[in-house]
Amino acid sequence: MTGTTTLRQLLTLVLLMALLVITFILAHVDLGLLNTSVGLAIAAIKALLVGLFFMNLWWSDGLHRVFAIAGAFMLAILFSLALADFLSRSWLAMPGSFP
Amino acid sequence: MNALTPRAAEQFDDLDQQKHAASLGMWTFLATEIMFFGAIFLAYTVYRISYPLDFAKAAAQLNITIGTLNTAILLLSSFFIALGVSFIQRDKAKLASLALLLTWALGFVFLLLKAYEYYDDINKHLVPTAGQPVARMFYLIYYTATGVHALHLTIGLLVVAAMIYRLYRQQFSASYYTPIELTGLYWHFVDIVWIFLYPMLYLVGRES
Repeated sequence: MTGTTTLRQLLTLVLLMALLVITFILAHVDLGLLNTSVGLAIAAIKALLVGLFFMNLWWSDGLHRVFAIAGAFMLAILFSLALADFLSRSWLAMPGSFP
Repeated sequence: MNALTPRAAEQFDDLDQQKHAASLGMWTFLATEIMFFGAIFLAYTVYRISYPLDFAKAAAQLNITIGTLNTAILLLSSFFIALGVSFIQRDKAKLASLALLLTWALGFVFLLLKAYEYYDDINKHLVPTAGQPVARMFYLIYYTATGVHALHLTIGLLVVAAMIYRLYRQQFSASYYTPIELTGLYWHFVDIVWIFLYPMLYLVGRES
């Protein structure tokens, strides 16, 4: 058990460093609009690895996982509602105008 | 049971329940921290969508060498504090102290490099007070996000130092190590914030 824990943490570190190299290289390749998505997707995978194996969410009970996900969920609500406003502001020539 | 074995506080049935409450409290705090940094991420997103080209031009001026090196340093520090927690779980206090010392040293190196990077940025006139308006907005967000992150890391360094001192005073063992575990959660969170800041600030506008 003791050996496997250290090995597992070492493996997580190796994966994180590999993802850092991959994201650095892909940022220098022109993927068009995908550059941003790829960068953020790799960041999300890295955050998931840290959460699951360094913060031990993999072995946590349901309540801890719900608390961990709650923060990200509220952030998603913040982004959805705020961007729904900002992205639709230019649709109408004048705020509040109707044809 | 010796004198160093802590007893559960009055409001808890036992140490297990106390530990459960403590780590849920930490996760609750981290959820509020997500919202705190989330507001900065949202401001970034809104401006980036509105001015993609000028934002990319401003971001490409940042020092990607230090940014990438600092990302690797923080990932390594997270690994060491995770090791520290699993060492004390197995009653290896000496190894846990060593792991926490390495965590502290890496965090300190991160701040030194960040300070040098700010010095370099200011020399290159990458500041929110001069230049093109959208670039100024980008650097305002850059200094706010990285500055607040550095503040969190500084607090992390103080807490890790306190944990090293308490390990030295033999206050932790396999039967009681909650403060170290919670310090680890906080440290990992600060690492995760940087994991997202890295592609948002340093990897934008590099493709051409």
